[in-house]
Amino acid sequence: MTHSATRDTPGTPDSAPGTTRRRGHPLGRLLRHPMAVVCLVLLALIVAASVCAPLLTSAGPTRATLADAFAPPGGGHPLGADSVGRDVLARLLYGGRVSLLGGFIAVAVALLIGVPTGLLAGYYRGRSDAVISWLASLVMAAPAIMVLLVSIAAIGPDTNATMAVLGIILAPGVFRLVRASVTSVREELYVDAARVSGLGDTRIVRRHILPVVQAPTIVQSAQMFGVAVVIQAGIEFLGLGSAGQASWGAMLNDAFANLYTKPSLLVAPGLAIVITVAALGLLANALRDALLETGAPAARRPGRPGAARPSALPAGGDDSLLAVENLRVTYPARDGERTVVDGVSLTVRRGEVVGLVGESGSGKGQTAFAILGLLPPEGRSEADRLSFDGRDLRGLGRKERNALRGCRVAYVPQEPMSNLDPAFRIGTQLIDPMRRHLKVTAREAREKALGLLERVGIAEPERVYHAYPHQISGGMAQRVLIAGAVSCDPDLLIADEPTTALDVTVQADVLDLLREFQQERRMGLILVTHNFGVVADICDRVVVMRTGQVVETAPAGRLFAEPRHEYTRMLLDSTLEDAPPRAPLRQAPATGTSLQEKV
Amino acid sequence: MNTTPANVLEVDGLVVAYAVKGRRAQPFRALHGVSLDIRPGETVGLVGESGSGKTTLGRAVLGLAPVAEGEIRYAGRVISRLSARERRALSAEIQVVFQDPYTSLNPAMTVGDILTEPLLVSGTARASAEERVRGLLDQVRLPADAAHRLPREFSGGQRQRVAIARALCREPRLIVCDEPVSALDLSTQARVLELFVEIQERTGVAYLFITHDLSVVRCVSHRVAVMHRGRIVESGEATAVTGDPRDPYTRRLMLAAPVPDPERQRERRERRRSLKAAAAE
Repeated sequence: MTHSATRDTPGTPDSAPGTTRRRGHPLGRLLRHPMAVVCLVLLALIVAASVCAPLLTSAGPTRATLADAFAPPGGGHPLGADSVGRDVLARLLYGGRVSLLGGFIAVAVALLIGVPTGLLAGYYRGRSDAVISWLASLVMAAPAIMVLLVSIAAIGPDTNATMAVLGIILAPGVFRLVRASVTSVREELYVDAARVSGLGDTRIVRRHILPVVQAPTIVQSAQMFGVAVVIQAGIEFLGLGSAGQASWGAMLNDAFANLYTKPSLLVAPGLAIVITVAALGLLANALRDALLETGAPAARRPGRPGAARPSALPAGGDDSLLAVENLRVTYPARDGERTVVDGVSLTVRRGEVVGLVGESGSGKGQTAFAILGLLPPEGRSEADRLSFDGRDLRGLGRKERNALRGCRVAYVPQEPMSNLDPAFRIGTQLIDPMRRHLKVTAREAREKALGLLERVGIAEPERVYHAYPHQISGGMAQRVLIAGAVSCDPDLLIADEPTTALDVTVQADVLDLLREFQQERRMGLILVTHNFGVVADICDRVVVMRTGQVVETAPAGRLFAEPRHEYTRMLLDSTLEDAPPRAPLRQAPATGTSLQEKV
Repeated sequence: MNTTPANVLEVDGLVVAYAVKGRRAQPFRALHGVSLDIRPGETVGLVGESGSGKTTLGRAVLGLAPVAEGEIRYAGRVISRLSARERRALSAEIQVVFQDPYTSLNPAMTVGDILTEPLLVSGTARASAEERVRGLLDQVRLPADAAHRLPREFSGGQRQRVAIARALCREPRLIVCDEPVSALDLSTQARVLELFVEIQERTGVAYLFITHDLSVVRCVSHRVAVMHRGRIVESGEATAVTGDPRDPYTRRLMLAAPVPDPERQRERRERRRSLKAAAAE
């Protein structure tokens, strides 16, 4: 049993999309973002200019020379002078220090308060969470501008102190964000695994939780910085900042007073504020792209089975319900296209159960979705032939497809719960399609729905009819979906791993149910599964798939008795149902003594 | 206290209860007095359907679920009510492999960091920890350069090998395996199970092997316990429990699992139906 363990060759290409591609360091990703680079360069220039103000101008920001009042740009004043003859360039440069320092103070205070409290509340929850969350709500409920004005009245006009107060006002936002990120990550299994590995709380927080919190917090910090710069300018504009210090807000104030005499004074401080805030905002966007989201390839037009070439074959006569020939499904990838289904052909006759079997990444699910016309928007499918009951499905419009789906072609999904809308009662979800497709009255639909619920083995149909999805179990939800799928008397039912999420006893019942409906109504059934037991239980014919291609198609009896393809044989050998049970432990190794000896 | 207890783990009359929201609500009992023991080097399979309490039992052994009554003893020592510090000390002895290899590995850490972390915490020097990781990767049949890569670069089966290596790194005597192969493909599943058995034969580690899959439990366990609604309804040697079940629930469970042979499956279906009909009367 042990010798073949090496067969799972390490480094075999992974079937999951995009997993082998390394995305690189977040900073590298950020620097590939052109907008981010522009913003970073602008911000760096603003910071450098503010810091190096004394090197860039010899003029003092507060030295008034009345003779130079309203001096035009040029000469001693590169950007002119204001109403009392102060140099505009010097004020702009030194004012930048005030703005940047103010923004920095506000963000630092918000982070110092918000991050530790958020970690504490999110990780330990309980009472500390209740108290801190209550305080956060209280601060959030207080009107920010009022609090700022009151604090200025109490502390006096000190820009830095006011910015610290602004930091306190912004802190609950950080707290909320951090707490939410921590709550979501602390439920992850790897945090449990770390705990079992013997890591202390501090280390778990530092190694496993902080990195997750980091990205959203950085993004929010950039946004907060922009907000702080604007609010600070506003306060200075109102004349409530530190007296006698140059700032962009104070420059605006002066310009505003002289709006009719010299409107051009507005330009310099206005541009400085706009450029700084816009750069911060756009940088936050770029940071979000680089740190939080994985770039999705651009969506293309909705994929529709393209009529590649006209089929040379006559439309299926006889018993055939569904005929698929040379089906291909592709997705856009960075290097061209990725083919997930490659030349699949299959037919389903009336009253026949076809099993579509394969491991993950075999394309079995994508084949089913392509037949249903339910591929995601970026997926494209093509086929030489795709006909249902003699009708070509390729190039059908959305409306015609919809008329077919749910009525003549029905679908049972893998995850029953996520396929019921939690906002509507079960009954509503059952009767809506019937009223639409069968054109029956609400009353008739209701009676039929109740009958079906009873039919699928639900003990109290009336109660389930009025229940919301969260009030029923997964097994019951799958029964409801089967009832819904057969409610419009479809000719073809496509079931995508319908029992994978269910317990074995429930699985057996659901398979019985599918078989009953299928035999009674002579429905064609495509069953997508990875479980050969399920195949043996219900399928007439089996299509075995691997990496998008069909490797073997055979009647179920023959496939199990004499699998022809090597891959099918390997899969069947991997099933454990017939493996011998492990023998009881003979002698206890090392320290162990048996119970009898001990007594 | 005995000097060499015969069992690695003893669970005795264990009751796990979770507080339910609402002032007058009764706590929800996930386990009703469960008893179980595991000998060194032995695999005890715990089978049951969803909600049977099998995962809760595993979490209680790991100290992740609240014990209301009863006792859990590791090597003769009671571990059901330990302080956080004592529990951390025990981490060298009892380890875990979780079901989902996608969420049980921190996506932001390299495989090497994931594996060295528990060693560094226990005071191993970095150089010897890295040396040990190389040995572990070899033991679970992953290439040495895997240490520098991130979990997302690996397939499900390979990630589960990383999780197994993490569980092994402090040479525990007991590993709780919570559905470790349920998320894997058929062929991968068989190979990972082989790895579990191979490691056990070499190191003498004991497994509490939790799964819903009867065929998995049968081929990996020496003894099997069947859980249903928070109780163990049947337990014994794997051959006996899976070959000739006594309890009606176990019988129904065994017959419900489909076998990959159309003829035999038809027979089993008939037997299950008649059993069900008999139960309904």
